[in-house]
Amino acid sequence: MSTTTIPAPAASFEAPPAHGRLYWAVADALTMTKRNLIGYTRVPEAIFFSSVQPIMFVLLFRYLFGGAIPTPGYHYVQFLMPGIFVQTVAFGSIGTSIGLAEDLQKGLIERFRALPMSRWAVLAGRTTADLCRNLFVMALMTAVGYAVGYRIGTNVGEYLAGILLLLLFAYALSWGFAFIGLSAPNSETAQLMSFPLLFPLTFASSAFVPLQSMPGWLQGFARHQPVSIVVNAARDLMSGVPKADLVFSPFTSLASTGRTNSTVFWAVIWSLGILVVLAPISVRRYRRHTL
Amino acid sequence: MTLAIQLEDLRKTFGHTVRALDGVSFGVETGAIFGLLGPNGAGKTTVVRILTTVLAADGGRAEVLGHNVKTEPDVVRTLIGLAGQFAAVDESLTGAENLWMVGRLNHMAKAPLKSRVSSLLEQFGLTDAADRPTKTYSGGMRRRLDVAASLVGHPKVLFLDEPTTGLDPASRADVWAMIEGLAAEGTTVLLTTQYLEEADRLAEQLVVIDHGKVIAEGTPANLKASMGATVLDLGLADEATALRAGEVLSMVTDKPPVVLGKTVEVNVNDGPRIVTEALRILETEGIAPTTLALREPSLDDVFLALTGHRAEMEPDADPQGDQGADGRRRATKRGRS
Repeated sequence: MSTTTIPAPAASFEAPPAHGRLYWAVADALTMTKRNLIGYTRVPEAIFFSSVQPIMFVLLFRYLFGGAIPTPGYHYVQFLMPGIFVQTVAFGSIGTSIGLAEDLQKGLIERFRALPMSRWAVLAGRTTADLCRNLFVMALMTAVGYAVGYRIGTNVGEYLAGILLLLLFAYALSWGFAFIGLSAPNSETAQLMSFPLLFPLTFASSAFVPLQSMPGWLQGFARHQPVSIVVNAARDLMSGVPKADLVFSPFTSLASTGRTNSTVFWAVIWSLGILVVLAPISVRRYRRHTL
Repeated sequence: MTLAIQLEDLRKTFGHTVRALDGVSFGVETGAIFGLLGPNGAGKTTVVRILTTVLAADGGRAEVLGHNVKTEPDVVRTLIGLAGQFAAVDESLTGAENLWMVGRLNHMAKAPLKSRVSSLLEQFGLTDAADRPTKTYSGGMRRRLDVAASLVGHPKVLFLDEPTTGLDPASRADVWAMIEGLAAEGTTVLLTTQYLEEADRLAEQLVVIDHGKVIAEGTPANLKASMGATVLDLGLADEATALRAGEVLSMVTDKPPVVLGKTVEVNVNDGPRIVTEALRILETEGIAPTTLALREPSLDDVFLALTGHRAEMEPDADPQGDQGADGRRRATKRGRS
């Protein structure tokens, strides 16, 4: 073959606008995000019913188990809600694996792979849409929290910072679950594969019970795993640091206590670390077998 | 002569054992409709996936309009359109939104894309359904939308993997007319099919593959000539009679009759004449067939003639290609990748 140039386009063909690679990488990701968000709005039932489960958890722990769980320094509802928030967005990120497995199953990924679109846009669009969905869910859960007697223990600014932290953590997890979605044979299996990972992480954590109530061997795991670290930071930001911890600095404002700063710092580090490690692995998985 | 598609000794093995392509070579002229024929599992889809940069080959060379699919996939993707084996449309989006999405991902500017979307919807008779989510579409509408999506980016080379599988005859005729229209405008079309009738109607050139190898190549006329123009089917009272009828018939036919149970099949070039002769000679032997039919050769017959074995068709649980087919497709895909 001697031809090395692209044949001249037919008269009807409009040359693509002269934008750089980066422009199209972002445009492709936005196109995919929009597509996924439209999908969510077309099935509002799915969003409604996926909100039912976290609300059940709130009711279950707030009114059934909560009374039996001593949480020094906090009223139980103040202890619980940040934990429920983290659990909710963490479980929400399973949606990423289900969505990608469905796209794969329906042959859509095959079509995307043959298009001149940016390679990362399929994953970026899915995770970004799931981030938007989590934002909506957090607004809903804030209302639910208020209804069951949760009150912001710090101020609105720190509460919102707590929500941002949760969303960052969930976004990082989404990139990890993308890997499962791309590896599972179908969406049902993707969901089943995701639960055993999230269950120990969310329940063997400080989300529902104080770490001190656990046996020693479990405390070691629970104390250092990312869900606990994020829950602790969110709790500090949203409900405030327990008074017991402030005994030596009663005149310092909560925001400036060393504890809040360091828990938040480590929660952000963990979230970014998860993102930086898992996102490239998932993109690699997407590209596998592809050119 | 410019070749739109060129394959040289293409090889692909899935896992360590499944040899999907075992050295496939062929060329497709620019502007032609080219048919890739073969039974399920022959390797047709693997060829299409490699040519559309979805899958990497293990060995050999594949070029689209002179661009190597392995080293210049980005260029190739701007030149091609792909409609895969199962209509790959987003069910939550409307028809118009699906086309818009594919156009944007093809990096088309918004203004020309807008008119492109409406003209494609018009062309494929989907204007009325344009703003309905595609999950409400029939199988035929979904397939038409899928083909429309493959055309949004004005491809120079179009790949259609079994474009009419699961379609009713009317929709099938629509898709055929559409393919002919595209070729008339200069688009090169590579289509895979299991239907000889489809290849016969559309393709100027054909390649038949089986077990990852090219087993025949040429025009539809060549191919049919290799096995006789028509098939004479005779049903007999029992198997012994069928065997005897086969022997008797071999005296008047060019090709040896094939006896399968209580039936006798023979490929013939001059159907009506042979029927008269066959009935006469059978009558002199005292054999009366219970059924008699003259029919067009099927792909099955082509395979019998070319390979000596029947095409091993997978039982098609769900010819519509809907829910059941999804699971099945997934299962086969897992097996191969």
